Amino acid sequence: MMLALNGDEAVAYAVKQSNVDVIAAFPITPQTIIVEKLSEYVANGELKAYYACAESEHSAISMIVGASAAGARTFTATSANGLALMHEILYIVSSLRLPVVMAIVNRALSGPINIHTDHGDSMAERDACWIQIYCEDAQEAYDTVIQAFRIGENHKVLLPVMVMLDGFLISHTTQNVDVLEDEKVSNFVKHRIPAEIEVFGKKVPLTLNPENEVPLTFGPLDLWDYYFEHKRQQEDAMEKSREVIRKVHDEYAKISGRSYGNGFIETYNMDSAEYAFICLSSTAGTVKSLIDKLISKGDDKLGLVRIRTFRPFPYEELPKALEGVKGVAVLDRSGAFGAMGGPVYNEVRSALYDSDVHPFINGYIYGLGGRDMTMEMLKSIYDDLVETVKSGKPKRKIEFVGVRE
Amino acid sequence: MSWINLRELAKKRSLFTSGHRLCAGCAAGIIGRLVMHSVPDPKHVVVVHATGCWEVAGTIFPYTAWAVPWIHNAFENAAATASGVELAFKALKDKGVVKKVPDIIVFGGDGGTVDIGLQSLSGAIERGHNFLYVLYDNNAYMNTGIQRSGATPRYAWTTTSQVGKVIPGKLEARKPIANIIAAHGNAYVATASPAYWRDLMEKARKGIEYKGPAFIHAISPCCRGWRFPPNMTIRVAKLAVETCAFPLWEYDPETREYKLSPPSLAIAKNPKLKKPIEEYLKLQGRFAHLFKPEKREDLIARIQEDVDKEWNQLLELCGIT
Repeated sequence: MMLALNGDEAVAYAVKQSNVDVIAAFPITPQTIIVEKLSEYVANGELKAYYACAESEHSAISMIVGASAAGARTFTATSANGLALMHEILYIVSSLRLPVVMAIVNRALSGPINIHTDHGDSMAERDACWIQIYCEDAQEAYDTVIQAFRIGENHKVLLPVMVMLDGFLISHTTQNVDVLEDEKVSNFVKHRIPAEIEVFGKKVPLTLNPENEVPLTFGPLDLWDYYFEHKRQQEDAMEKSREVIRKVHDEYAKISGRSYGNGFIETYNMDSAEYAFICLSSTAGTVKSLIDKLISKGDDKLGLVRIRTFRPFPYEELPKALEGVKGVAVLDRSGAFGAMGGPVYNEVRSALYDSDVHPFINGYIYGLGGRDMTMEMLKSIYDDLVETVKSGKPKRKIEFVGVRE
Repeated sequence: MSWINLRELAKKRSLFTSGHRLCAGCAAGIIGRLVMHSVPDPKHVVVVHATGCWEVAGTIFPYTAWAVPWIHNAFENAAATASGVELAFKALKDKGVVKKVPDIIVFGGDGGTVDIGLQSLSGAIERGHNFLYVLYDNNAYMNTGIQRSGATPRYAWTTTSQVGKVIPGKLEARKPIANIIAAHGNAYVATASPAYWRDLMEKARKGIEYKGPAFIHAISPCCRGWRFPPNMTIRVAKLAVETCAFPLWEYDPETREYKLSPPSLAIAKNPKLKKPIEEYLKLQGRFAHLFKPEKREDLIARIQEDVDKEWNQLLELCGIT
């Protein structure tokens, strides 16, 4: 069924269909529409969940910890400063192995205070051991939220999942979103089935439920003698999530007819490409338009690799996608003060280091605080990249695009 | 006939078991066991703990002293965590996954309650979640080594309100946390002392059974931080009440009335029973600078003035004039 939804509404619609038990949230622009819609769904009985208005994002995610540990399927959403306020608890969520799903409507972090999109907020949490999926548009945000419950709750994974969409550009712009029937989604996500652990020879659901045969302790003190092993297990879960992300993505494609590359990266015009752009989220749409325009003028040498799943990072998929490419422009929508380029740039270079694929790689930081990324700017990046390759000298310097110097 | 019967209680299995690493003489463990003995159904209770000395002493992976489901999240968010636990069990009960919503008991120290966790607690109280929050107030950040908190009393020495030639310990009065929670209007609130164990247990049971948020502010003398021998804990906890430094009272959200509990009511009826604050102070090394090298009558008088003012204010709240 086709509905005219903005990105936030699409997220809320997916949550409504996903048999969620507990929602706790705090309003922040541009996430607000998500929580308003969920409040409306609960109020009119369309969504049979408990919705709590937290008095801060810190308490919102803290409530989610309690609810998820009790065995509930949980959802929350935030942006920018709200996510930063949650920072402490994000690590606790993943270490308690709670399959929480959270939508992040990307917004620039203060300061200065700003409400528009960039990826500084979620990039600051890339090491929190949350699966991170960046969506290009409202349709993908809808599809990905549904997938996220299945991914995080898989017993091989048991990790929280962040689903990112660009503030305002996606959250507040309406597009046609093809939503599945309630029953179809419900059958796909089912209800959360907690994992079981063995205690004193008994299989016990990993929840706070007093009706379990053995009561469990969550969040004990954990020092030098065990902490490291627990962190190692998280890394292991992150690795195991790769297979699950792919399977859930493919299975969802079967019921919806929609897929996003292989679930990790999506490529566009890469067959003939000698040059490639790498970016996340809605900018990919503008890049695709540029590529189409270039093709119409007879230049089919530019392609796109959109990174969809940033955590776990697709370090095996990337070199394959970039085979035969001479130059790559990596677009980062977040700053990296004092580092050798933005986070996407660094990860991409690291992924290619041990491979046989060694194109020129230029890093471009753009769009901070919601600054527009136009076709003209992208074209100038393309020209710059071609020039770098032709000069035969790596740039080794980050360019800032669209900024007054 | 009260449900509290010592002979029966002695047979009951403690839900906070031996093997924990609390200090000898720690009041928190005593308070905890009394509260856990007040749980109507030991098979239907979940405990939430704020970070603190009791939290770390009760668990260390792979061990736990908790014989009930227990969760620790972080320092400042125990009330929010409990809110989530409550909502989850409501949802799971609606869906038939669990038979009933368990009683939820939260334990937090004064740092985690009065200071860093106040917002989370206030939010949870306002939302009206059904849990009992027990503040074990040892008057400082004891887990990190006796640092000043918003619950530290005036002129007490701590490692961040040091006693020197210029400053005689903490200069400010403590935050009236129980009154602050009572001011929310919708919570059952009580103060308690482990020296009056029956009173504490009755209040704990009342708090658990109250359909809505309940808050017990329990004084928790700390022999390490207050500087007294471990065999004096209950004596100190009793003197806190007898001097009115820590009066015992209840707030009923239904009638919006404050009520003195028997030990403090006796003092209100017969003011001669009210002991001078000096008797409480002189047992504790954290107030030693008030007595030597010379006795600081001025500072002791100021503390007495604090106590008297708060006591008179409480009498007024309780309608005793």
